[in-house]
Amino acid sequence: MMSMILRRLAISLVILLVVSMLVFVATLLLPGDPAQAILGQQATPERLAALREQMDLNDPVWQRYLTWLGGLFVGDFGVSAASGGSVGELLGERIAASLVLMGAAALISVPAGVVVGTYSAIRRGKAGDHAATGISLVLAALPEFVIGIALVTVFSTTVFSILPSVTMAPPGENVWDYPAQLILPVLTLVLVVMPYIIRMMRATMIEVLDSGHVEMARLKGVPERQVILRHALPHAVAPVAQVVAIQLAWLAGGIVVVEFLFRYPGVGQALVDAVTNRDVQVVQALSMLIAVLYIVVNLLADVVGILTNPKLRTEGAR
Amino acid sequence: MSIIESQPTTPEESPGTVAREVETPPGLFRRMLRQKQAKIGIAMTGAVVLVAVIGPLLLPWATGYTSTEFSGRPFQPDGVFGTDNLGRDILSRFLDGGLRLLIYAALATGLGMILGSAAGMLAAYQGGTLDSIIMRGNDVLLALPQLVFALLAITVLGPQGWVLVTVIGITHAPRIARVTRSAASAVITEDFVRAAEMYAVPRWKILAKDVLPNITGPLMVELGLRMTYSIAAIASLSFLGLGLQPPTAGWGLMINENRIALTVQPWGVILPVLAIAVLTVGSNLITDSLARASATVEESK
Repeated sequence: MMSMILRRLAISLVILLVVSMLVFVATLLLPGDPAQAILGQQATPERLAALREQMDLNDPVWQRYLTWLGGLFVGDFGVSAASGGSVGELLGERIAASLVLMGAAALISVPAGVVVGTYSAIRRGKAGDHAATGISLVLAALPEFVIGIALVTVFSTTVFSILPSVTMAPPGENVWDYPAQLILPVLTLVLVVMPYIIRMMRATMIEVLDSGHVEMARLKGVPERQVILRHALPHAVAPVAQVVAIQLAWLAGGIVVVEFLFRYPGVGQALVDAVTNRDVQVVQALSMLIAVLYIVVNLLADVVGILTNPKLRTEGAR
Repeated sequence: MSIIESQPTTPEESPGTVAREVETPPGLFRRMLRQKQAKIGIAMTGAVVLVAVIGPLLLPWATGYTSTEFSGRPFQPDGVFGTDNLGRDILSRFLDGGLRLLIYAALATGLGMILGSAAGMLAAYQGGTLDSIIMRGNDVLLALPQLVFALLAITVLGPQGWVLVTVIGITHAPRIARVTRSAASAVITEDFVRAAEMYAVPRWKILAKDVLPNITGPLMVELGLRMTYSIAAIASLSFLGLGLQPPTAGWGLMINENRIALTVQPWGVILPVLAIAVLTVGSNLITDSLARASATVEESK
């Protein structure tokens, strides 16, 4: 089993390396010269040449790739073409802000999804189940910005105006000092992520509740509450953990739209700005950052899957 | 359609099993249509598609304005739903903005289905090195979230229609390929594929004539799912200001342009949001019932 996990880890590293090449090659396709982009049209040829030398643009491609990749490891993400400042400085605080948003969304949606899914499975075919299934089917279809706008319309503008619809923290202060501003972005993410967890939880629980060992527990007189908590729930953990991980990984990309919608000063907002300005260095750094997060979470999901699946424990590596 | 209708009647039926043939379940689509939620889904999707398709034709008659003509009177209650941030008629832009979204989404989905199902079937049929190359390539493409991949492409190539369609199609492909591969690998062990191989039927012909018709169930489900995601992706990118570019009318873009004035002139946001919501929920309902129909067909085999 250990070797399977190690194998999976190695695959992840290789994938990450290939992704980094892909991301790097993307910049080479860009028409124009990064030095020109930073200095503008009026730059003198001498200054251009100096900056090109400074940015190592004269080196061969593979050497630039290695320099860039090495820079990623020591936190040197290059220079932003739009602002001229260091990319790393630009991102530092934003990463923390985005992690707060994602963390809060995960902390709410996972337990809530598990509870609603279990409830739905227990009351299968009843009104509560129909409501939960129907609502999650609808929510699963909606793009995140539609959910976000609907929430803004209802809670902060037209119907009730009780919650702020944009995030505005004074410079130097942290976004999480203003919890009211976090409610709508977090709620949007929760509503996007939860339906998948509910559906998977419900499907798995129904399967488990129909299985022999649960029936056995019921027949020997175990109280229903204990049947569900002790006999049924543990068996649903593995498949649901997979879905939870996929959803958490999805959050890495999903925050882009939500942060843009609520003007939340996080990584996603920075990414949209950078794409709008065609600020390649920043887009590269952020893409790599999100890819790392995505791959790590997926890796964790697989590890949980391997650890909790008794079949995989003995089958050995495929 | 005829291919899909005949899907559940598996080729293993011999003349001797007439009794069983009578009990053969109806086709995938009829099974789907029996479900109430499929009907609701079709009605919802149909309504929005109708608006999107007929909308542009109705413009002169319904509003008298084109979608890009502006009067310079922003956020006025002129016309049925008022004017937008540049004084353009909201109803005109709404009627004109849907078709482009639908066409782009359909093209992206189509591209993804072709690439994905071809790669998936090839991987399943060929096995060995080609299989692992295709599947490892998938893993790499799957390592970036779809939206981030699209943003990377837009940074380099600019926000143009073909870039959107291509990049969303390509990011769909690995997901479709996985489903296709697992569905196809169950089919390629069947005797009729062996038989075709013995007659030296070319590989592409085996895949197209023998394998493809037998995996339409999962592929149709995948088609519905990817269509929903394509609509969401293109609308989201336009909403970020990185998809359709002004002055083009597009539902995602309209939301982006008008959301600053949600309190003054909510229709500019509400109309496109409602349309996208009804469209995606409708197509998701259809997909869900397709999945159920496909699952029951599988069971009855």
